[in-house]
Amino acid sequence: MLGKLSWSAIPIDQPIPMIASGAVALGILGILAWVVLKGHLPYLWHEWITSVDHKRIGVMYTLLASVMLLRGFSDAVMMRLQQALAFHSNGYLPPEHFNQIFSAHGTIMIFFVAMPFVIGLMNLVVPLQLGVRDVAFPTLNSVGFWLTATGALLVNISLVIGEFARTGWLPYPPLSELTYSPGVGVDYYLWALEISGVGTLVAGINLVTTVLKLRTRGMTYLRMPMFCWTTLASNLLIVAAFPILTATLAMLILDRYLGFHFFTNEAGGNVMMFMNLIWAWGHPEVYILALPAFGIFSEVVSTFSGKPLFGYRSMVLATMAICIISFMVWLHHFFTMGAGPNVNAIFGIASMIIAVPTGVKIYNWLFTMYGGRIRFATPMLWSIGFMVTFIIGGLTGVLVAVPPADFLLHNSLFLVAHFHNVIIGGVLFGAFAGYTYWFPKAFGFRLHEGLGKAAFWFWLVGFYVAFMPLYALGLLGMTRRMQHYDVAEWRPWLIVAGFGACLITIGIVFQILQLVVSIRRRAELRDSTGDPWQGRSLEWATASPPPAFNFAVLPDVVGEDAYWEMKSHAERQGLDNNEPDYQDIEMPRNSPTGFVCAFFATVTGFALIWHIWWMVAAGFIGAFATFVVFAWRDHDEYVIPAAEVARIDRANVAERRALAGLAGSA
Amino acid sequence: MADTTMAHFHGDPHHLRSLEGSGLAHSGPAAKRIVTGYGFWIFILSDMVMFSAFFATYAVLLGQTAGGPTGRDLFSLRNVAIETGLLLASSFTCGLASIAADFRSTIWFQIAMAVTCALGLGFLAIEAREFADLVARGAGPTRSAFLSAFFTLVGCHGLHVSAGILWLLTMMAQVFAKGFRADIQRRILCFALFWHALDIIWVAVFTVVYLLGSAK
Repeated sequence: MLGKLSWSAIPIDQPIPMIASGAVALGILGILAWVVLKGHLPYLWHEWITSVDHKRIGVMYTLLASVMLLRGFSDAVMMRLQQALAFHSNGYLPPEHFNQIFSAHGTIMIFFVAMPFVIGLMNLVVPLQLGVRDVAFPTLNSVGFWLTATGALLVNISLVIGEFARTGWLPYPPLSELTYSPGVGVDYYLWALEISGVGTLVAGINLVTTVLKLRTRGMTYLRMPMFCWTTLASNLLIVAAFPILTATLAMLILDRYLGFHFFTNEAGGNVMMFMNLIWAWGHPEVYILALPAFGIFSEVVSTFSGKPLFGYRSMVLATMAICIISFMVWLHHFFTMGAGPNVNAIFGIASMIIAVPTGVKIYNWLFTMYGGRIRFATPMLWSIGFMVTFIIGGLTGVLVAVPPADFLLHNSLFLVAHFHNVIIGGVLFGAFAGYTYWFPKAFGFRLHEGLGKAAFWFWLVGFYVAFMPLYALGLLGMTRRMQHYDVAEWRPWLIVAGFGACLITIGIVFQILQLVVSIRRRAELRDSTGDPWQGRSLEWATASPPPAFNFAVLPDVVGEDAYWEMKSHAERQGLDNNEPDYQDIEMPRNSPTGFVCAFFATVTGFALIWHIWWMVAAGFIGAFATFVVFAWRDHDEYVIPAAEVARIDRANVAERRALAGLAGSA
Repeated sequence: MADTTMAHFHGDPHHLRSLEGSGLAHSGPAAKRIVTGYGFWIFILSDMVMFSAFFATYAVLLGQTAGGPTGRDLFSLRNVAIETGLLLASSFTCGLASIAADFRSTIWFQIAMAVTCALGLGFLAIEAREFADLVARGAGPTRSAFLSAFFTLVGCHGLHVSAGILWLLTMMAQVFAKGFRADIQRRILCFALFWHALDIIWVAVFTVVYLLGSAK
């Protein structure tokens, strides 16, 4: 009846997962109770859960990423603590638990923190920057988000019911095959990623179509803000790379569930084919994450330097070059496979070449700052911190791109230090810069600056203290993922790294405090103009938070830096007092399709993990029925009447005029 | 320099305004039918990428028969010819259904879709018989890496056809219940794209798996 599932699946004898999941369960129950008792449930359901508004979905993606960041980070702290303790001893984590922790840490941080964070920001901002009312497929957008949430949920369920993979964040066979990993851990990994992978693909298709087909009048390709370009490149990569991940994991699933022989040791299976396939997705994935971050830095640096982006066209070219070259470097993840010196040399050179367009970007940002009137607000601090940190990470990357050096550094902590250097310094700092920069747009009030700066400094210093020792440890010969060790020289470095993790913890505490304090003081932090940073692109041309329809009248774009141009035009010509011709606006109706579909996906995924076949069938039928019901509805749009549009827009225009008047008289 | 400053002043630091009128000016968001079709094309491209991963795997594992049968021992080109004929014919009738939908002719649409469905089911029946026959002869997917790759590649196409038939029936029911509404027309467009794309993939399967496999 319940397949492999029984009471023994719950690890009652292990205090750490039980206490952790107990605390999480209590927290969730507490929040649920608060929501229900306070009567917020209808609001949540109508305004958020069923929302197909790209801004709301973007916020939910970012919220999911932030919550999962706490989970992934607690895994990181546990690992640092274990390695600081486990000299000549077993530490406090048994090996099978330690292995699950480093696997979960990597999986969560890439798939459920970095991905939803950047997809959330792209969702929130790109339609606004393009000057349109929504993404191409609003309901699918909601489906994509909720499927991602399903994946995250399955990973977290594995904490209490069963176990997670012990294979590392990429389940290399033959370890991940049934022979060596008979438990459900790898299955949790596989189904969580297959389901969230569909969600990501949907988001990718949606955003590519949005950028290519939905732009306001006059928004030609070469007038798009840089963030739209990097969104396009990143989502093209999603469309081209994620199907490879889906196929590869499907093959591993067939090996494990039906006894196929793709990656087994027997019957002609080929283990190295898995490495090739997974990295043919995996390396583009790095740029799927990094490119949007580059876009965020471009927006932030240009805004806070008060200048147009230097070398806009070279930036476009560099972005698209990275988009293409990122598919030609995957083999550098396994130079040690033994493909021969010629193959290794080609991929080594390609890996160095991809650093060139990245270097172009760095220079463009520097020259954007050069001669600018720089304001050191929090988003700008994250950007400068990124530039310094990312250069170091990029240079160590060029170092490991040299095959002979890689033979020494392969799978050492040097590698771990390198990719944290680029992912934290690049992607995460970018996500934080974007979060602080666009928060007022999403919610109508700014985040507290002082606490944001404190968080930045603790993160920055903490990062260096935590990860620079890892470079040294790699050179001292320490390999990654060690549960315990006997080398005395390593210990001091590991203790320093543990201290760095503490500093980062303080940074995170400041971030939480910043959010809480900002919400409590939202009245004094209010952004009534919609343009708190003197922005240059169209998202600042509408109110904060923007109305459901984004723009009362779709803007007409006549140049680069569309909103800056509008503002300087208004300054030259005086304020335009003619009221626009307001019209009725049709908007897509909210739909529970995404949520219901994800519910059935969760049921199906869980049933597949535990081999509960009747439940699998029920889940599939439910998901199909959901789509039929969705397809059957007769009204998929509602109309906002012109009078209502006018009322909302007039209020915003009045606020802006009042402030412009104040600024004029001052 | 003065020129640059002026251009900058006008919010056009890169002299892009000169491009206007050369066809690069942009007239605003595209119509819904175009957006939907375009998005679905991108989905099809991603699906083709997935198939190419299975094709690549098949190519790598082609020789890994582990002492078991090879393609030459197993494939029946007669069967495959019939399958191909059925699928290509179904693409033709699917095209007829699209034309009928354009002319809003319910009866012809339903007839063409029903024939498409029958041809698709015929294809699936032959494929299922082929698979069952192979398994019965001890040449199932667990026999060797080659057969794993074969069953996965061909089976993945078969699953797509099955999903397509489910979609086809849903579209017939929708047209029956709601008529040719604009959103249903868009879905018919997407369905037709999907069905034709499956044909293209089948041509590749037919060539790479069966023709090359039998010749070896």
